[in-house]
Amino acid sequence: MVTGAPPKVTLELALAHGLTQAEYDRIIALLGREPTYPELGLFAALWSEHCSYKSSRLLLRRLPTRAPHVLQGPGENAGVVDLGGGLALVLKVESHNHPSFIEPFQGAATGVGGILRDIFAMGARPIALLDSLRFGPPEESQARYLLGGVVAGISWYGNCFGCPTVGGEVAFAPEYAQNPLVNVLCAGLVAPSRLVRARAEGVGNAVLYVGAKTGRDGIHGATMASESFEEGSEERRPTVQVGDPFTEKLLLEACLEALATGAVVGIQDMGAAGLGCSASEMPARAGTGMEIELTLVPQRERGMTPYEILLSESQERMLMVVEAGREAEVQRVFAKWELDAVPIGRVTDDGLLRARMGGEVIAEVPVRALTEEAPAYERPAARPAWLDPLLAFDPRTLPEPADPHGVLLRLLGSPTIASKAAIWRQYDHMVGINTLVLPGSDAAVLRIKGTPRAVALATDGNGRYCLLDPYQGGAMAVAEAARNVVCAGARPLAVTDCLNFGSPERAEVMWQFAGVIDGIAAACRALEVPVVSGNVSFYNETAGRGVLPTPVIGMAGLLEDAERRMTQWFKADGDWVILLGDPDGALGGSEYLALEHGRLAGRVAALDLDRERAVQAACLAAIEAGCVRSAHDASEGGLGVALAECCITGLRPLGAEVTLAAAGRLDELLFGEAPSRIVVSVSPAELDRFERIVGEWAVPVTRLGRVGGDRLAIRLGDGRRLAWGLGELAEAWSGGLARYVV
Amino acid sequence: MRFGIVIFPGTWSDCDFHHVITEVLHQPAEYIWHRDTDLSRLDCVILPGGFSYGDYLRAGAIAGRSPIVAALPEFVARGGLVLGSCNGFQILCEAGLLPGTLLRNECLQFRCQATHVVVENADTPFTRSARPGQVLRMPISHGEGRYHADRETLARLKANRQIVFRYATENGEVTQAANPNGSVANIAGIVNEEGTVLGLMPHPERAAEASVGGTDGLLLFYSLLGSLVEDATLLKR
Repeated sequence: MVTGAPPKVTLELALAHGLTQAEYDRIIALLGREPTYPELGLFAALWSEHCSYKSSRLLLRRLPTRAPHVLQGPGENAGVVDLGGGLALVLKVESHNHPSFIEPFQGAATGVGGILRDIFAMGARPIALLDSLRFGPPEESQARYLLGGVVAGISWYGNCFGCPTVGGEVAFAPEYAQNPLVNVLCAGLVAPSRLVRARAEGVGNAVLYVGAKTGRDGIHGATMASESFEEGSEERRPTVQVGDPFTEKLLLEACLEALATGAVVGIQDMGAAGLGCSASEMPARAGTGMEIELTLVPQRERGMTPYEILLSESQERMLMVVEAGREAEVQRVFAKWELDAVPIGRVTDDGLLRARMGGEVIAEVPVRALTEEAPAYERPAARPAWLDPLLAFDPRTLPEPADPHGVLLRLLGSPTIASKAAIWRQYDHMVGINTLVLPGSDAAVLRIKGTPRAVALATDGNGRYCLLDPYQGGAMAVAEAARNVVCAGARPLAVTDCLNFGSPERAEVMWQFAGVIDGIAAACRALEVPVVSGNVSFYNETAGRGVLPTPVIGMAGLLEDAERRMTQWFKADGDWVILLGDPDGALGGSEYLALEHGRLAGRVAALDLDRERAVQAACLAAIEAGCVRSAHDASEGGLGVALAECCITGLRPLGAEVTLAAAGRLDELLFGEAPSRIVVSVSPAELDRFERIVGEWAVPVTRLGRVGGDRLAIRLGDGRRLAWGLGELAEAWSGGLARYVV
Repeated sequence: MRFGIVIFPGTWSDCDFHHVITEVLHQPAEYIWHRDTDLSRLDCVILPGGFSYGDYLRAGAIAGRSPIVAALPEFVARGGLVLGSCNGFQILCEAGLLPGTLLRNECLQFRCQATHVVVENADTPFTRSARPGQVLRMPISHGEGRYHADRETLARLKANRQIVFRYATENGEVTQAANPNGSVANIAGIVNEEGTVLGLMPHPERAAEASVGGTDGLLLFYSLLGSLVEDATLLKR
């Protein structure tokens, strides 16, 4: 029941909505009057950091977003690149960090649901999901609770919906203990002619509400995701939405079937800030207006107020603009799938969002005021003073490890490096029967049925590197994600990025953010991959302590010939083990330093983008020529870990005997980290051809040794010999994380 | 011979079965909506995997009472074959077309992984191309795949040779370690008394091409094709 008048709108109420006094004044100036209560709610939600990108918008312009194959860049439900041959790939990554901390199962599940809707709102059928997750050390019970809940939520939603979860990454560090990161990437396929956009074109066209009914869940989700946590944030559970993957599956089929009628003009997911957001963003993009009647909105609770109907974040709903007079065609499709499809309004020409409740106008706002005219801040940025002492630390002042044998086993068993099978076996990674390379290699590979081609997908992002050097860290995330895709035999095609940071109101966070953006931009330019979509998640901090600055780069690549796909593990005894790139690594910011010495300090290895480009080009050319048996990016844990992974991650473990002849410290050679390095294996018969092909690029090529035997034996330049049995390597790697996943 | 692939709200292996039957085996197949009841033009009905009705109430419980499932007994009585995989197996049990039930996996988690099953009965229309004792590699993908039946039912299943597949090692040994979900007697698939309705938790359609999961699942399809061609009562075209 609707009782009483809505609260009186005052500055205090605006402040309680998370708006600042200046923002409230701006609202009054834009409207020429005080906002009504529902209008205040609309402004608070749409001007929230989460919806408006007010702290990041100006900096995001530095990212390269154009390329001839980009059909849709940032600013839509998702980005789109042309694959040629009448197919396009739709790509987007999004965070659901805040909800996942408050309620891990539903928080993660609705994160999956939201990104799936972004993909099929473009008219595409989702083909793959990847998850990039960060937690505190799993020795802590809270981290295990969050990890278990998040994985179960992803598993529940993705499996029930029927889109395979094929990859991603999981890393653990104390800085994520109070602010876990849950980033979900989805890719879909669509014929370019079938692409649909989130635009309310065509004055007089019908506005249809489709999907699940509206309830009171998730109100203020967008504003919640735009604040830091304090003690007691768990009390915010009611702001987390509850997902229903079954309804989402019906919504997918109904939307794609409705699109096939040709009657649909535009669609947008009702996600953050709900109906209010879609009903203003869709006309804003098209330069139109929209008029809606809220009593027509299907509701599952009685007595919802206009404010609640506009701002509810109930899941599995879309707003659809349909050609006037063709509503019935669309409604028939939704009736078949037993979902609501209710005309609730019209596209208008006056540039206003006009919402009525039983005929009475309760909100009338220029859509541009809610969207383009949202504030954009150039927030102060400053290099933090604590950085210099960290960078001044020289890992060479530490003694070399007395027990390198044990160090490698501990690294392999550390949760960040250890096998993630205990997680991904809970995900259906095969449905759709396209997954050519299952989780567990550098990148997942999915075939495109009816063509000889395939898509490779990977995510990457190292928060430690970004803390020590935001620019390098940002660039290295792009470089590594591209390298992962190249190691699968694919040409990098497009990036979607999810930028996870602390509060933008702290100058050091903005300095990190700007540095990371510049690094990403430089690497994307050098490697010629555009950023087509993405998401910024600020305020990942609790009680003033932020997460490591963590850009997650999602990379999509294309294989012209799926038969040329590559995996990371050794294939045959006698094959040559070859390193592309420099044997030297740095210990600054390394997994080794964190694990063995509990330090996050030192300088990270420099990234030379020309070198990176050459290494990737050489590797890809060799793979495409068919003279590579395996290719594996050497990243966290250095060459020691990379070689061990080549030995033990395949179905049949294979040993190797290698020499790391370079002069230098043992810990740097074995566990030092550096970009632009790929370990490949090559059959003896192909060695000449391989070296001829990679020789065309300015890339160091080192024959390290041969595959074979039942152990990994490493001889160092100074004559020292180390050896590990395949059994002990596999045991350390398999069990490191599994024991925490229950 | 003609295959019908049933779509319930929430089914997702429908396209995978359709792909294998039409693109790999080059046989005609059509989708059947769950409200349809006319199966007269079909020789084999497939109940694919998925989460029909979101697994609400119990996996397969709601779909097991749908119009298409109500039409299956008559279809089977006139010689039609029914194959239910994953959620399809759950639906067949819920509908009483197969005995027993499928409980939550013993580990209480969803499991998607390769499994091996040993062919216990190679005399069914679904397994006649396999050798008795042959080991097939097919993946599972389910949260509720732990087969359960009471003692008398199990004895009857055994006596009638209704147990068709059991989880086993690569070498065909039926061991506890090879049992991915805690199924009683490692049961992975069973048939009805007449041998014309098969339910199994593994996904044969995910093991029908060398590049994705191998080709062991094809043996089920080859068996079906052989049965449908050679048995005149099954051939309507």
